[in-house]
Amino acid sequence: MTALDEVQLTAKEGVEEETVAAVQSLAGKYKYGWETDIEMEYAPKGLTEDIVRLISEKNNEPEWMLEWRLDAYRRWIKLEEPEWAMVDYPKIDFQDQYYYARPKSMAEKPKSLDEVDPKLLETYKKLGIPLKEQMILAGVEGAENMDTDRKVAVDAVFDSVSVGTTFKDELAKAGVIFCSISEAIQDHPELVKKYLGSVIPASDNYYATLNAAVFSDGSFVYVPEGTKCPMELSTYFRINAENTGQFERTLIIAEKGSYVSYLEGCTAPQRDIAQLHAACVELVLLEDAEIKYSTVQNWFPGDEDGKGGIYNFVTKRADCRGDRSKVMWTQVETGSAVTWKYPSCILRGDDSQGEFYSIAIANNYQQADTGTKMVHLGKRTKSRIVSKGISAGQAQNTYRGLVSMHPRAKESRNYTQCDSLLIGDKCGAHTVPYIEVKNNSSRVEHEATTSKVDDDQLFYCRQRGMDEEEAVALVVNGFCKEVLQALPMEFAMEAQALVAISLEGSVG
Amino acid sequence: MVSVKAKKLAPTDGMLSRHPAAPAASGWADAARASARDRLAAVGAPQRRDEYWSFTNPARLVSDQPMAAKPLAAQDTPVFGETDALVLTFVDGVFDPAQSDDLAGEGLEIQTLSDALGTDIHWAKDLFGVLEEKGQTPVPRELAMLNTATATQGFVVRATQPVTRPVRFDYIQTSDTSDAVIRSLVKVDAGATLTLLESGTVAARCNTVMEVDIADGGELHHVRVQGRAHDRQVFTAMFARLGRESVYKSFTLAMNGVLSRNEQVVEFTGDDATAHVAGTCVGQGDFHHDDTVFVTHDAVNCESRQVFKKVLKSGATGVFQGKILVKKGAQKTDGYQISQGLLLDDEVNFLAKPELEIYADDVICSHGSTSGGLDATGLFYLLSRGVPREAATNMLVIAFMDEAVQEIADEKLADEMRTHIAGWLDRHSAG
Repeated sequence: MTALDEVQLTAKEGVEEETVAAVQSLAGKYKYGWETDIEMEYAPKGLTEDIVRLISEKNNEPEWMLEWRLDAYRRWIKLEEPEWAMVDYPKIDFQDQYYYARPKSMAEKPKSLDEVDPKLLETYKKLGIPLKEQMILAGVEGAENMDTDRKVAVDAVFDSVSVGTTFKDELAKAGVIFCSISEAIQDHPELVKKYLGSVIPASDNYYATLNAAVFSDGSFVYVPEGTKCPMELSTYFRINAENTGQFERTLIIAEKGSYVSYLEGCTAPQRDIAQLHAACVELVLLEDAEIKYSTVQNWFPGDEDGKGGIYNFVTKRADCRGDRSKVMWTQVETGSAVTWKYPSCILRGDDSQGEFYSIAIANNYQQADTGTKMVHLGKRTKSRIVSKGISAGQAQNTYRGLVSMHPRAKESRNYTQCDSLLIGDKCGAHTVPYIEVKNNSSRVEHEATTSKVDDDQLFYCRQRGMDEEEAVALVVNGFCKEVLQALPMEFAMEAQALVAISLEGSVG
Repeated sequence: MVSVKAKKLAPTDGMLSRHPAAPAASGWADAARASARDRLAAVGAPQRRDEYWSFTNPARLVSDQPMAAKPLAAQDTPVFGETDALVLTFVDGVFDPAQSDDLAGEGLEIQTLSDALGTDIHWAKDLFGVLEEKGQTPVPRELAMLNTATATQGFVVRATQPVTRPVRFDYIQTSDTSDAVIRSLVKVDAGATLTLLESGTVAARCNTVMEVDIADGGELHHVRVQGRAHDRQVFTAMFARLGRESVYKSFTLAMNGVLSRNEQVVEFTGDDATAHVAGTCVGQGDFHHDDTVFVTHDAVNCESRQVFKKVLKSGATGVFQGKILVKKGAQKTDGYQISQGLLLDDEVNFLAKPELEIYADDVICSHGSTSGGLDATGLFYLLSRGVPREAATNMLVIAFMDEAVQEIADEKLADEMRTHIAGWLDRHSAG
């Protein structure tokens, strides 16, 4: 008999000053709120079949792609917006948005990074994302001492288009394809055709259907059989244009026995009017493949009065098709006015594994409804969920998750832990877990933050004279840091700087 | 997490015509019934695709006719037989004075529902349909509306001082097509105490709702053993409002039953109050048992506990939907919720949705939900000591269920529950 899901929710008088200060310091100090003054080209406002055709045409897409989009569009107009999430925002006027915006200088795709508009390069430089190869990511302290072989390939997406992708040639030598999805549709149609929409079908949900109709760019990764991707891959999403939605689509295919670590970052200018971002991320894992997917989501969260910010409606899903495949989602969610996001794992292959580590911080008027789904279909599948939610100001933070053990998923295991921390009496923290168990051989294991922390560690602390609460806090704190450290180096730095919040006080 | 479309209303005519409008009563009662009728028409009948019914199909609870259910032949051990109580007997959901005690007891006021609703000036006015209506947010509880609109059977019970002799509702089913609607109102005055016992199969299908108001310092203990007639279809709802320093403890034992949906809607309105809602059930085959609990903390320093343990075998389904809502300002709340499924074989389903919704920062709220098979180590230990497998299994099952039984304050009543559980396991061990 083991626990499946447990939540501890505590905030008490002893919440550390530092923690409160760190959360407050996130407010009103959005570092990336500036905008790039660059000439843009827009598609007409609103969403019609013509706009879908236009996006397809701008990307010079084949007929089948256009049909796929139109299909999605026709489906989308019949759908209704989902309302079940615990988020509240004014109704979005989908006709009052631009669905395509690209810098004029991108009309002709630059052949190499040298041809890219210096303004764009400058933008990414300012964001700490250099698009020159051989450069180490700026802003990483002690970078000069790092292993000089450590490189990160970047795909930079600016509003609706990919600006450039670094280290393409070097990756190609290893057989890894890393490019924008618009290029992939041109250059690798067979792969795109085979896998696009196979994890998140165009009919999946309201925002995924919208994305299927209007996605303009995004990243594409293909790691061939038996290949360990020689460097970390990353995509940096920047929304710059006003009243423009960003709809990107990411597709990562990890063939048998391959490995790739992928990072995702995002920022947007500070504006009074909320902007829409609806992305889809599909991961396909074949036998023995492993994908590590890390996100630091730092879209503009709105100002202290809740004005503006990004509405972040994202569908992310990994399909562990092959036996023994493994996927790990790590997310640090600090931005966006509204977040609606549930990175999920379909554990189809026998012995496949899914992990989800999340830290969600909501401050001021931010609202986050996020979590994961672990669908156990294969035998001896394992999943682990660790979610930390922190709410401050007037924010609402919801963990929503599903753990489903199908009848055939014999001898599977799940471990879930979600902790919430409230700072102040005007915010809210909520948990909505769904648990569906349909076989009895699945060992569902759980360590609760209050009573089931590793007994040896607890004993050690107690023996040194700590009371239980102190001891638990110490052990849990160590565990939190471990999650942050599980992020790839560059992101861990950014995430730590962003979070800079002690999770002490979250147990009691 | 499927997108939800605007609900297409399911007609309620069948539900309502099955239970014709209650005869005219006093103005306030008629108004409450009419309001419930209108509210029901506005939300429609419950449907499987409602989020709130996603784990339990309400079809059998709203169909025109109940599914036929054979009454249980005879009680092996009469439930609560050992406890001296004021007995009120219902046969197929209809009060039978011949098999009941006089409607009188020390510190007690008891009346039939129709007498109370027919009285122009009555305390029941502030309770009847009031807590039910308040309990309709955030999710509609359509069957409770139906109950307010149509119930004519039931009692209004008021404890004006500590009452030592429990009030006991005995339900006897004789007809295999009976369809009962019972509504009771319970008021515990400041400083008063009352124990309420319920046992037996009400009818082939029943819809039983109780509204409970516990004033400052009052205490209500409620122990219920649901009927073992397997095919019966049950919907129950308890709406409880708790005043300052009051205590509400409710326990339900269910063995057998193709469909049971037990709802508890508890609201703290006064500080320093305590509510423990517990239940345990065991079943096999097409057994389906659903506990849906909603606890609202709207006062300071209150304690709530939800303890639900389900033992499931050969195809059985156990459902738990629980929620702790801590409103802004409900500081020092201590909310606890545990739901556990013991899955004895591979064909069973345990479905849980344990929710927290918290708007106050100085609180301790936790929930846990666990499910799995028998503890192999425990079983091995017993087997190695020479305990036969069946006895060993039963021992572990009893230990598992006992955590819920321990929520009963009265030891004698708790022991009786243990006897019934052991009896059921003995009868079903061979299977």
